[in-house]
Amino acid sequence: MSTVHTHVDTHVHDAHDHGPAKGWRRWVFATNHKDIGTMYLLFSLAMFFVGGVMALIIRAELFQPGLQLVDPMFFNSMTTMHALVMIFGAVMPAFVGLANWMIPLQIGAPDMALPRMNNFSFWILPFAFTLLLSTLFVEGGAPASGWTMYPPLSLQTGPAFPMSIFAIHLMGASSIMGAINVIVTIMNMRAPGMTLLKMPLFTWGWLITAYLIIAVMPVLAGAVTMLLTDHFFGTTFFSAAGGGDPVMYQHIFWFFGHPEVYIMILPAFGVISEIIPTFSRKRLFGYDAMVYAIASIAFLSFIVWAHHMFTVGMPLAGQMFFMLATMLIAVPTGVKVFNWAATMYKGSLTFEPPMLFALAFVFLFTIGGFSGLMLAIAPADFQYHDTYFVVAHFHYVLVPGAVFAIMAAVYFWLPKWTGRMYNMKLAKTHFWLSAIFVNVLFFPQHFLGLAGMPRRIPDYSTQFADWNMVSSIGAFGFGFAQILFLIVILQSIRGRSGVKATDKVWDDGMPQGLEWTLSSPPPYHSFEVAPEVK
Amino acid sequence: MTEERRNRHRSLVSRLWLFAAGFFAFGFALVPLYDVLCDVTGFGDRKKLAQASEVVEAPDENRLVTVEFVSTAPSYGAWEFRPQVSSLEVRPGKLYEAHFRATNLRAQPIVAQAVPSITPQQATRYFQKTECFCFTPQPFAGEESRDFVVRFIIDPRLPRNIDRLTLGYAMYDAPGSG
Repeated sequence: MSTVHTHVDTHVHDAHDHGPAKGWRRWVFATNHKDIGTMYLLFSLAMFFVGGVMALIIRAELFQPGLQLVDPMFFNSMTTMHALVMIFGAVMPAFVGLANWMIPLQIGAPDMALPRMNNFSFWILPFAFTLLLSTLFVEGGAPASGWTMYPPLSLQTGPAFPMSIFAIHLMGASSIMGAINVIVTIMNMRAPGMTLLKMPLFTWGWLITAYLIIAVMPVLAGAVTMLLTDHFFGTTFFSAAGGGDPVMYQHIFWFFGHPEVYIMILPAFGVISEIIPTFSRKRLFGYDAMVYAIASIAFLSFIVWAHHMFTVGMPLAGQMFFMLATMLIAVPTGVKVFNWAATMYKGSLTFEPPMLFALAFVFLFTIGGFSGLMLAIAPADFQYHDTYFVVAHFHYVLVPGAVFAIMAAVYFWLPKWTGRMYNMKLAKTHFWLSAIFVNVLFFPQHFLGLAGMPRRIPDYSTQFADWNMVSSIGAFGFGFAQILFLIVILQSIRGRSGVKATDKVWDDGMPQGLEWTLSSPPPYHSFEVAPEVK
Repeated sequence: MTEERRNRHRSLVSRLWLFAAGFFAFGFALVPLYDVLCDVTGFGDRKKLAQASEVVEAPDENRLVTVEFVSTAPSYGAWEFRPQVSSLEVRPGKLYEAHFRATNLRAQPIVAQAVPSITPQQATRYFQKTECFCFTPQPFAGEESRDFVVRFIIDPRLPRNIDRLTLGYAMYDAPGSG
């Protein structure tokens, strides 16, 4: 890589070759998609640990019945902040980071379409999370009304209230800009010959996700703005005293909230669809069906929101509609799971860390899908609503679902990013510890929920003691296993471990995407001349 | 970057921002849409609940419906608010009245607003009030107690499967008062 560069100004994008700027300027003024992708990924890794510590505080308190460690208000703050940090700080930025790194490489573009907006959307995040996390230290403590912020409870939050709402506005702005960047990059910057239906599935998953983001993040912004004006400016959107309705908040929130859960899983589907063919040494089974399945799931996500609120007293016709529409999602999701299985059928499988995580994803995400189907049954949901069964369900789709997919993606592309193979043995240990403990952690929560244990409560009746103890042991096991993840990544970044990665990294035949035609690590500026796609 | 690519980016970016702005507006548009939906279906119809209706008595002697009364005062310690009787057996098509007693527990004068609701919600459109203290804000002196009346008639077209309904009131400080 050339080191001859006299620019102080690193955002000049000329055709002539220049490497990264020196020192902090490289990062603060970053416009290079690889640098910004790296920052997103490291930021999300940091938030993953922050949110993880909060989860461990929750599980430590729930280790035994009774109140031992924290006061109930702080416990409620922990459940609220854990969710906000993990959703908006860990999972979403991790996928945006992967998008930044991989989409230009997969479609043969020199960079993201809007590099300066890219810089802006990343650098908003540290400020947003500083604001959000600083609420832990204000009078009255951090928001404690749950991440869904239902009024009227959320309106009783103290000085943390406007701070957390502005933090959400900032996160929303960041995701919207990130999504616009992804769409413009994919629509306008594909290499000649890279038609839409030749794009790798990770890129496809992200294109559809990006549209979901720009459709629903503004709706969340609107909902929290209404909360803000109800609190400070005397409007009564959600106050019955002034003719408003608190249930309406739930409708608006979940109109955002349900597509949001697909925002966190569609890119994961893309990642898995890249990894399984690679380690099965076969092409993906049913590529077109996979694309249409993602699109159908995205469409259905807009018409199922009220299944989160069956218990509000909805008319029977409404319950029937939302129940059946929700169950319909199982069809395209089933198409995907069966296509992954068919891809593996008669393949020559090997079990490197990314494949292990991808396989665990297929099994464990499907368990989360099944408990989702159970929750979709309106009459049964009256029993399950707000119990640990719901907690078990969404953690199955988010942890061994979205988070495992992110880990699979990192293990899949890390040698491409750093140019070195990582410590396979340590990564496999990380996988097995994670896969075992995640089940010890979340599977017993199904039993607790079916037995009637409510969520978001710091104390519980003694009948729930055994499974809570098991679940807490699983939580600490899972939490400490993630230190291995950190070690593998740091070793790989510092070049301490492993042999030099080849361009193809895994196998000469597969994978086949454009990113594998570049060197490992790829040059700082790649595809300055667009590749020709046959 | 070529001029042509710059233009393509610019036009797509502006369309995407417009799309996002449209959905921000849609979030707020859900507020009136929600009311329209309630009007069309009659579920928890707030207009119906907060207006006097003109009715003609035509009692249905063959049918008895139980009407239960409940009351809540969400801000703790501000109001005492109770129905005088907990339920009535009524004939559809006949006018009845029920009494509620409200006490302002605070020393300061305050304006109260009672907000009604009917359960099951499908019954809302058949529950008609000719007079109700909930139609207007009610001023109270400090520590004043008052009796309120609601006169109602149940439309004989009330679906056969509903034989019990609940009229609930929540007592709030009126917005802007206190």
